[in-house]
Amino acid sequence: MIRIKKIGIPRALLYYYYYPLWYEFFTRLGCEVVLSPETNKAILDQGIKSTLSEVCLPVKVYFGHVAYLAGRVDYLFVPRITRVEAKEYICPKFMGIPDMLKARINKLPPLIDTTVDAGKEGNPVQCWVDCLRDAGNSLTADRKLIEDALEAALQAQQFFWKRLNSGLMLPDAIKGIAIPEIPVNSSSKPLRIGLIGHPYNVYDPFISMNLIKKLQQLGAVVVTPESLQADEIEKEAASLPKRMFWTLGKRMVGSAFRFFSSQKLDGVIYLTSFGCGPEALVEELVARTAKHQNMPLMMLTIDEHTGEAGINTRLEAFTEMIVWRLKYANHIPPYGESVHCR
Amino acid sequence: MRITYPHMGNLYIVVRALLVSLGLEVVLLPQTSRRTVELGVRYSPEFACFPFKLNLGNYLEAHEKGADTILMAGGVGPCRFGYYAQVQQQILSDLGVNMEMVVLEPPDVSFQEVKDKIRYLIGTLSWWQVIKAIRFAWCKARAIDEVEGRLLYLRPRVEDPLRLEKLYREALQEIDGAGDRRTVQGVVVDYQQKTGKLKKQQKKPLRIGLVGEIFTVLEPFANYEMEKRLGLLGVEVNRSIWLSAWINEHLFGGLLRVKYECAHDKELASPYLNSFVGGHGVETVGCTVGFARRDYDGVIQLAPLTCMPEIVAHSVFPALAKDYDIPLLTFYLDEHSGEAGIQTRLEAFLDLAAARSRKKEEQMSGSVFRN
Repeated sequence: MIRIKKIGIPRALLYYYYYPLWYEFFTRLGCEVVLSPETNKAILDQGIKSTLSEVCLPVKVYFGHVAYLAGRVDYLFVPRITRVEAKEYICPKFMGIPDMLKARINKLPPLIDTTVDAGKEGNPVQCWVDCLRDAGNSLTADRKLIEDALEAALQAQQFFWKRLNSGLMLPDAIKGIAIPEIPVNSSSKPLRIGLIGHPYNVYDPFISMNLIKKLQQLGAVVVTPESLQADEIEKEAASLPKRMFWTLGKRMVGSAFRFFSSQKLDGVIYLTSFGCGPEALVEELVARTAKHQNMPLMMLTIDEHTGEAGINTRLEAFTEMIVWRLKYANHIPPYGESVHCR
Repeated sequence: MRITYPHMGNLYIVVRALLVSLGLEVVLLPQTSRRTVELGVRYSPEFACFPFKLNLGNYLEAHEKGADTILMAGGVGPCRFGYYAQVQQQILSDLGVNMEMVVLEPPDVSFQEVKDKIRYLIGTLSWWQVIKAIRFAWCKARAIDEVEGRLLYLRPRVEDPLRLEKLYREALQEIDGAGDRRTVQGVVVDYQQKTGKLKKQQKKPLRIGLVGEIFTVLEPFANYEMEKRLGLLGVEVNRSIWLSAWINEHLFGGLLRVKYECAHDKELASPYLNSFVGGHGVETVGCTVGFARRDYDGVIQLAPLTCMPEIVAHSVFPALAKDYDIPLLTFYLDEHSGEAGIQTRLEAFLDLAAARSRKKEEQMSGSVFRN
C-alpha cells in the first residue's frame, strides 16, 4: 500500500488569499492536505518564541502554525513569494520566509519552498502556475497529473474569487458555505463601516479579536476590500503620484480611496499590525486623504500584547461618535461644513 | 532655484561637489542634530523608519535656511525607501511648506524620465560638463573613503585618538573646500603623512565588522557614532558598505572597479538567505559570513527599527552562528535610543568577543593539550 503524503499548510498569511488554489492542487495530486487549526494562544506563543521580537504579528503567527505542523506532516508548503503581480513586491519577509523558518525552527519536515515571481511581465495567475508546477515536480513524476491538478486548482480559485465578489465574507467563501440571508433591521438604518486591513489580520478571529463580529454586535454592517473588484482598486490606486509597487499596499490604498469616495460609508477602520513595514507609509497616505475628505477614520494597531477591553472601548467610542455626528452635525456643524452638505 | 538634499554621513560633500559644478545654488543643511530628530519625528508617521524621520527633519531645517527645491532618490523594490519622497511631499504640503521635490528614480524605471529631470536641473549645460562634474564628485567620494578607511584602521592603534580625529575632520573640510581634483588628491596624501607620524601602541586590537542598512551604517548621528565608540574602546572596525563602492554599484552600474574588503561577500549569503529581499538584507548576511571567514572577532548589525530587509537578515543569523561560531550583535535604532544603553551593550559584547579571541589563541598555541 502506498502511504498518502501529508502536505502541511499553515493557516496564516496568504492562506487567506490562495487556500482554495493550494488545497485543490495538492488534493488532486493525491496528497492529503493538513491545515493547521485556527490561531490560538498556544500557536501564538510558539510563534513568538521562535521568531525575533521585531517581526510583525502575522509573521509570528505564521511561525506558530509552522511549528504546530512540523511534527505532523511529511512536507510543508511555504512558498517564497516575491511578486504576484508584475513589477510589484509584497514584502521582504514573504521573500525570506523559507530561510527564516529553516534558521529558527528545529526539526522541520522537508519544505516545498518554490518561488512565486511574476517578474516584470508575468501575470497573477501564471506566477502561481509556475510555482505549483515546480512544487508538483518535487512530489510526482506524472506530468499529466500535475497539469490536470493545476487546471482544477485554478478553477477552484476562480470560484472562490467569484464568491468573494458576490458579497460573501472571506471566511465563509473559503469554507464554501452558501450565501446566507443578510438580516436587515428595517427599523433603524445600520451604520456602514469600512474595514481595511490585510486579510490575514482581519479574518483571523484570534489576531483581530473578532473585530468583525464585534462591529456587527454594535449594529454596524461591515464592508471589506474583498467585496471590491480588482480593477476598481487598481483604478483608485492609480490616482497616487507614484505607482504603488507593493501589491498588498496597493490593495489597501485603492480600497480606502474607493471607500472614501463612493461606498456611502459612515466611517472606516484601518487595522494594521505593529511593525508592518509598507503599512507605515501606506496608512499615512490613507489617513491624510481621509482627513481631506472629512471621513471618520480609526487606526487600530495590533500586536501580541493587545488587551481586548481596550479594543472594545475604542470600537464603542468610534461607533458612538459616528452616530452623534450623523445626528448632531447635521444642521449646525461643530466644525467645518455640515455632514449632509458634502 | 535653491536646492538641498538630505544628509547621509559624508555624502553631502560628494553631492555638493556635483551640484556646485553643475552651476546650482546649494543650500547646505546644518549637521543632523537633536533638533532635526525632533522636527522629523513630530511630523512623520509613527512607524516609519528612522531615516524617513531624519530626512523630513532635514527638509524642514533646510526650508528655514531658504531652500525651495529638494533633490531626492527614489526606487522600486520591496524596501520602503522607494515611496519615501511621495509621502514626504504630502506631509510637507499639508504643513504648508512649499518645496519642490525632484525625485531621481533609477534608470531601469524610465531612462527618459531621469534624463528629463537632470535636464530640468542643469538647464542649458552640456552633457560633457555633466560628465566632468560627476568625475569631480567621484574623485571626492574616493578621497573620503580613503580618509575614513585610514581613520578606522588607526583609531585603536594610535596613542592619541583625539588628535587623529582632529586631523580627520580637517581633511574632510579640506576635501569639501577643494576646487579641483589635484587639490583633493593632495589633501589625501597630506593626511596620510600626518597620521603616519602619530605615535602608535603595540597592542593588537580586536577586529569587528559592521554590517547593516546603508543609512544607519553611514550616518554617525543615526548610529550614535558607533564607529567612534568602538574605536575608542580599542577596536578596529571594518564596514560592509562604503560610499564610493555604493555609488559605483548603484549609479554607475558597477562600471568601475572599486576595491574593498567585502566586494564579493554578497555571494556568500546563500545558503542562509537564498533570495533578494530588498534593501541590504543579502549584503548583510553575505558580509557577516565574509567577516566570519576572515576571522573577525565579531560582527555588529545596524538597522532602523522595523527595517524589513534587516529583520529578515537578522532572522537567519542563528543558522549562520551555528556554522561559524562568531559573536553577533544587532542594534535597532530609532529616536529613542539611550546612549548609555548602547555603550553598555557594546562593552559587554566586546568583553565576550575578547574572551573568545583569547581562548582561540590559546588553542592555537597548543595549550589545549596541557590538560
